[in-house]
Amino acid sequence: MTRMRITTERPGVRPLPEVDMSTSLGPVALPAPVLTASGCAAAGRELDQFFDVTEIGAVVTKSIMLKPRSGRPTPRMSETPSGMLNSIGLQGPGIDAFLENDLPWLHRRGARAVVSIAGTTVDEYTKLAQRLRNADGVTAVEVNISCPNVEDRGQVFACDPVAAAAVVAAVRRSTSPGVPVLAKLSPDVTDIVAVARSVVDAGADVLSMINTSLGMVIDTRTMRPALGGLTGGLSGPAIRPLAVRCVWQVRAALPDVPICGMGGIRSGLDALEFLLAGASTVAVGTVLFNDPSAAIRVQRELQLALGDRGFDRLVDAIGYAHREEPGPVAIVPDTDDFGPDVPDDS
Amino acid sequence: MSPVQVRGEVLSTRRVGEYHSLTVVAPGIADGARPGQFVALAVGGEHSSMLLRRAFSIYRVQERGVYGGTVEVVFSVHGKGTAWLAGLRAHDPLDIVGPLGKPFSLPMEAVTATLVGGGYGSAPLFGLAEQLRARGCRVDFVLGAATEGRLFGALEAKRISTQVAITTEDGSLGEKGRVTDVLPAMLERNGGEVVYACGPMPMLKAVHEVATAYGAHSQCAVEEAMACGVGVCMTCVLPVVGDDGLTRMVRSCVDGPVFNGDLVRWDDVGTVPPDAVGAPVVEVAP
Repeated sequence: MTRMRITTERPGVRPLPEVDMSTSLGPVALPAPVLTASGCAAAGRELDQFFDVTEIGAVVTKSIMLKPRSGRPTPRMSETPSGMLNSIGLQGPGIDAFLENDLPWLHRRGARAVVSIAGTTVDEYTKLAQRLRNADGVTAVEVNISCPNVEDRGQVFACDPVAAAAVVAAVRRSTSPGVPVLAKLSPDVTDIVAVARSVVDAGADVLSMINTSLGMVIDTRTMRPALGGLTGGLSGPAIRPLAVRCVWQVRAALPDVPICGMGGIRSGLDALEFLLAGASTVAVGTVLFNDPSAAIRVQRELQLALGDRGFDRLVDAIGYAHREEPGPVAIVPDTDDFGPDVPDDS
Repeated sequence: MSPVQVRGEVLSTRRVGEYHSLTVVAPGIADGARPGQFVALAVGGEHSSMLLRRAFSIYRVQERGVYGGTVEVVFSVHGKGTAWLAGLRAHDPLDIVGPLGKPFSLPMEAVTATLVGGGYGSAPLFGLAEQLRARGCRVDFVLGAATEGRLFGALEAKRISTQVAITTEDGSLGEKGRVTDVLPAMLERNGGEVVYACGPMPMLKAVHEVATAYGAHSQCAVEEAMACGVGVCMTCVLPVVGDDGLTRMVRSCVDGPVFNGDLVRWDDVGTVPPDAVGAPVVEVAP
């Protein structure tokens, strides 16, 4: 495959500092920390036109279900301030086509693949995990128990610690012991720590936090909901503080549980916030719609940001914001007046 | 060719009736772009709160020249993103991805082609007309808009075609009415085998129906709302019949925007037809 030329690098890009960017996804070592958030990268192929998908930590696929699924009617999205609302409704080809086309492509390409699965019953999740067990090229399985775009909100397993644990336990049992199981959590709960604790007890190796938050936009011209699905999942920088808070709370309560942090990451400094809050890997989602090469850009910006702060190894920054002693303030290149943002010279 | 993402630079801007035109120096995009393909522009600058790209058909490309490859798009201001684009000036940077999507298919033989454009939807038809003429095709145009100011390319159409029919809904130029009011007479006269169309969805549906009634094959470039333009977000879907006869919700950004008019389920756009692959199972009340 021919590599495209990316000329989006901002002028005056600095050489990358020597920082060991390797990290892990539970028991699996990763050479790089940035993943694609499920549902924002299809199965990697489209984005491989814009950056080398083998250079990032892993491609997390759009959630796969047992059968083909057409999703919800259009309009499926609405732009919101620093974000978007979507009601795709898990459109996908189903596990058979996925195993025939998408996974083999990721495997041949040499990309690490985290396969996201979604179902409506515990049995469906079990069957999906069983199908993946015999497939080549599965680095990890992410259990999407938190998609807000389902007809029945009662089906959002992640809103109920008991139901969430049942799904995760079933997937864990059906997945090879060496393959980590990630549980994708919803922020739309009263106590995210309770859900986190419950799925960890059920065998989750990593917590992916957060999925979108349920939202709504009313079109003021038609004076009707803007989305065909009426409600949708809110994503993008608008929800970043919500996501960082969730990661912080779970890290504080369960310091030994690895977290893949996501929710509105747009720059390397955004990714750094998640590491400092306790994530050991990060995922970029909605920003990929704005900048299809964002995954590799964020990874490079994160390396610069870590180097600027004197970190030789990424892993030393994980949970660093939880330390008791404030310590010295990092002297780093200019940042925005109003808070963390992309350094002007990165 | 694969699409590329480039940090382009605005070369020039101009007003065209009620529309805006933007010419961007975007090396790598002009080369290999074909009529019907589009570009996706990031709006609002690097720190923009508007995250979704705006997609526009390519009006014209210049592969080489003093400035390197340039791409020209035409648009109308109808929101904050397009207002920002309209405010760009020469030398402003602009992040641009393209060329995207499937282009119009060109006939193997020298047929008569009727090109139908609604509003600035006519933009991609001029590059198409040139390629059709280079293949010895006869090219006729039907252009329509609400008002004279919202017609795009009427003079250019006259220059590069055999016949042009113009309609405006207010009668300010050409015949009062819509493109489909004059298309039957055009097809009657020219006996055209192929109709190419670009414009709003209701217009495309109507044009396809007229074309079919006159035994002409239609190719329609659809306008669906897109978030990414590159095939990952799954927002721009519409029901299209595949080679196997089954209807699927396909992405207009990578499987289109140009579709064979026969294969689009025009009456079902905006819905998931119950017979589509993977459609929700409707439970029948006992």
